Amino acid sequence: MNATLKKNGLTARNLAGIALIGVALAVLPFVLGMAGQSWVRILNFALLYVMLSLGLNIVVGFAGLLDLGYIAFYAVGAYVWALLASPHFGLHLPFWAILPIALALACLFGVLLGAPTLKLRGDYLAIVTLGFGEIIRIFLNNLNAPVNITNGPQGLNRIDTFKVGSFAFGRTETLMGIRFTGPEKYYYLLLGLTLLIVLVCVRLQNSRIGRAWEAIREDEIAAKAMGINTRNVKLLAFAMGASFGGVAGALFASMQGFVSPESFSLMESISILCMVVLGGMGHIPGVILGALILAALPEFLRAVVEPLQNMLFGSVVLDPEGIRMLLFGLAMVCVMLFRPAGLWPSAVRRRELSSRNRGGEA
Amino acid sequence: MSKLLQAQGLGKRFGGLQALSDVSFDIEQGEIYGLIGPNGAGKTTLFNVLTGLYIPEEGSCIFNGESMTGKKPHEVAQAGLARTFQNIRLFANLSAIENVMIGRHVRTRAGVLGAVLRTRATRAEEAAIEARAHELLEYVGIAHRANDVARSLPYGDQRRLEIARALATDPKLLALDEPAAGMNASETVVLRKLIEKIRGDGITVLLIEHDMKLVMGLCDRVLVLEYGKVLSLGKPAQVQRDPKVIEAYLGAGAAQDPLIHQERPAS
Repeated sequence: MNATLKKNGLTARNLAGIALIGVALAVLPFVLGMAGQSWVRILNFALLYVMLSLGLNIVVGFAGLLDLGYIAFYAVGAYVWALLASPHFGLHLPFWAILPIALALACLFGVLLGAPTLKLRGDYLAIVTLGFGEIIRIFLNNLNAPVNITNGPQGLNRIDTFKVGSFAFGRTETLMGIRFTGPEKYYYLLLGLTLLIVLVCVRLQNSRIGRAWEAIREDEIAAKAMGINTRNVKLLAFAMGASFGGVAGALFASMQGFVSPESFSLMESISILCMVVLGGMGHIPGVILGALILAALPEFLRAVVEPLQNMLFGSVVLDPEGIRMLLFGLAMVCVMLFRPAGLWPSAVRRRELSSRNRGGEA
Repeated sequence: MSKLLQAQGLGKRFGGLQALSDVSFDIEQGEIYGLIGPNGAGKTTLFNVLTGLYIPEEGSCIFNGESMTGKKPHEVAQAGLARTFQNIRLFANLSAIENVMIGRHVRTRAGVLGAVLRTRATRAEEAAIEARAHELLEYVGIAHRANDVARSLPYGDQRRLEIARALATDPKLLALDEPAAGMNASETVVLRKLIEKIRGDGITVLLIEHDMKLVMGLCDRVLVLEYGKVLSLGKPAQVQRDPKVIEAYLGAGAAQDPLIHQERPAS
């Protein structure tokens, strides 16, 4: 924590840098939109993954609790939006009612998952959270009988788009002479929320609560002896992480207009964990980088691999989907071998790993 | 002087091993209380029972007028009993100052909302935490190491950092588990001065130590444990002459040896 640096405020160079990044982020969808609206959609998904990774990072990176069922909170958020804003129940609640419900319910599920696992660590915690994630997905899959709540494996469709008054985010519209497509509008919404989540994460990390999480990650017994209520602080980590997942899920449902249990498989939980680990656990810029890379990689491959094979061999020899998993695995192995702390690790994490490589202290 | 801590008939069992049985003692406000005994006598177990890490099967413990029996470690720390560990348990990858700042957790309040909104109260509290942490590093004499990673500190400094972290919780009773272990003679002298300074500032000290010179010179009263039972209790000079203590440390027959009465029992 570099308190003296923070107090100095922003220099002119910092301000210029921030302005530049701001402009780049603002025009990004239009630049990508030239290559096709699907790229803007991919960008939106990347932002959703950034939100999810930041949420999971609170649990895994800050508090050091391995969670393999994180996607469950995303599912909770998505289904809250889907059920409260679709013809399924004939409900069409406004966003300001649904988002808090999604957030609160995901939070509650976070605590529900956290409470029985307080005494578990490492592998044991991973197994329980994995089970939890699957339970949620299987519930969503099967809650179509005897009372049809989730519509089972068919999922829910015709879900309302995000609407502020009469301003609908899903529709193409011309504002001030500029034509905004649905995905472009969603981009700004997601970007705003992502920035908000980044701010919350940064401030939490450099606070009394963030230090308590760090203490638990470093040495739980010492943390207890220093007067930290480890139960509450851990539950808080689960709840905060889950609430980000819930919000991301609600936006996912509104953006897609369709949800089904398929979107919330174990593979998704693992992908998000990979983003956190690949980027650098506990380090916010690293986690964002990891999420962006892993979210963009498959789409990039899809766009490159097929034409490339056509060009080289005259036909598609390898299915891009297969290559995707291969490269994904390969990338993870390489990162773990050559940069075990992640692509952009925090200073603390780097120290932890270097101590382990040297054998560490007793 | 009033009683700060009263332990009554504490018993702790691990499977077939009776680690503590019927341990009763009390610590007066403002004294330095020594806890000695051969290896495996149950000193650290007693520490863990007092600080809530272990729950005793028998007995009770009253601290500062409040029953601590069955209380969780963080509640014990909240009540004003802070400790260090025999095998140093710092937050090894965090800086020295961060370690001490974490110690302030229990005496500060900022929650999620305060942290996210960074309210005026939160900012003031953060500044106070940092100032106090610096003060405490200064107090134990490692202020120049504030930004160093705890793990990279020399051994003696790690011990002192643990003391600073415990002091950050504003304890009424500071329990030190072998603070001089692994220290050389000059470091021990510095430590002794530090413990005296802490007591001088009104904090009662409970000390487990193997360095007999340190214990006998520093403590007002000493409790000797052996096989989880109280073997002897009293002023250092009395305890030193107690034949049972001499036997426990040096073996049967030694109590009759006239030489022993001239020399202090070595650790």
